[in-house]
Amino acid sequence: MTEKNWPLWEVFIRSRNGMAHRHVGSLHAVDATMALANARDTYTRRGEGLSVWVVPSNAITASDPAEKDMLFEPTASKIYRHPTFYEVPDEVGHM
Amino acid sequence: MRASKDAIAPCSSERDGSKTLTETPLFLVTLRLADDALILGHRLSEWCGHAPVLEEELALANLGLDLIGQARSLYTHAGAIEGAGRDEDGLAYLRRENEYRNVLLVEQPNGDFAATMVRQLIYSAFMHPFHRAMASSKDATLAGIAAKAEKEMAYHVRHSAEWVIRLGDGTEESHRRAQDALDALWPYAGELFEVDAPMRAAIEAGLVPDPESLRATFDATMTEALAEATLTLPKLGSFQTGGRAGRHTEHMGFLLAQLQYMQRTYPNAAW
Repeated sequence: MTEKNWPLWEVFIRSRNGMAHRHVGSLHAVDATMALANARDTYTRRGEGLSVWVVPSNAITASDPAEKDMLFEPTASKIYRHPTFYEVPDEVGHM
Repeated sequence: MRASKDAIAPCSSERDGSKTLTETPLFLVTLRLADDALILGHRLSEWCGHAPVLEEELALANLGLDLIGQARSLYTHAGAIEGAGRDEDGLAYLRRENEYRNVLLVEQPNGDFAATMVRQLIYSAFMHPFHRAMASSKDATLAGIAAKAEKEMAYHVRHSAEWVIRLGDGTEESHRRAQDALDALWPYAGELFEVDAPMRAAIEAGLVPDPESLRATFDATMTEALAEATLTLPKLGSFQTGGRAGRHTEHMGFLLAQLQYMQRTYPNAAW
């Protein structure tokens, strides 16, 4: 076996109908087909999933942690943006 | 598996070997399917801690647990059919080598990763259509077990075929290893299709499908995967056989020594 590392993939799982896919972790795989198989075997062993997405990790553009003050600090003092004054009826389900 | 107090039944009538050959067809075909699943499941469990990558470690354990789950249901059913008080543990752990009725294919050593994947492909390419057909068995319990197992075996075909393709059509070394594995294991494929008198009786009673009716599906699965893998089937005049009658290869004794150790050393040990 060659020592070259397999590409890294990010795994997203939708647990129930109506929910969004959520990032659950990452894994190594030689290609997209095997990444999907590995995601199934690694992250859905306890009935977690209805649908799986895999995305090459290098396709994700991430924010720079050094810029977090500039990007996120200004919202900390704007509590009036949080819709905490509403009662959500049970029938609405997941939001 | 859990042991119960009455699990041990070292039937004296079995010592002369006459009893085991006069089992009903339903008991015998159920036991054979259970033995196939248990022994291959045990082989896959031997990969724990040794797989080439973490992801495959989990995948191999998943495949093994699917098979051991099938074996548990089948042994429980076989014990009920037999009606002699043997439960799943009694059948799984407390028989002698010549009382195991699995095909020789499943007891073959893991070898390298290519050998494990080729063995898995041959077995699941046969068992997937087998379970699909057995889902309409006249025996309701076999039908129920098959309906669940069919989905599991579909994934086993997918997983092992994808790996055989990548190994066969990979590097020079992976191709050589995959072809070596196929050459070594293909002689054991024919036994899957064997039909002896009790099997014939079970087929005619509508309990299990006729393997011959699955041959086209099996051939198509193998041909498609092997073509993409650039691997070639060895030409054979005859197949290895004997497991269904309890005549095993030299690997079986070592496998059972490990498989049975706990129950033999600590009878009725339970989790």
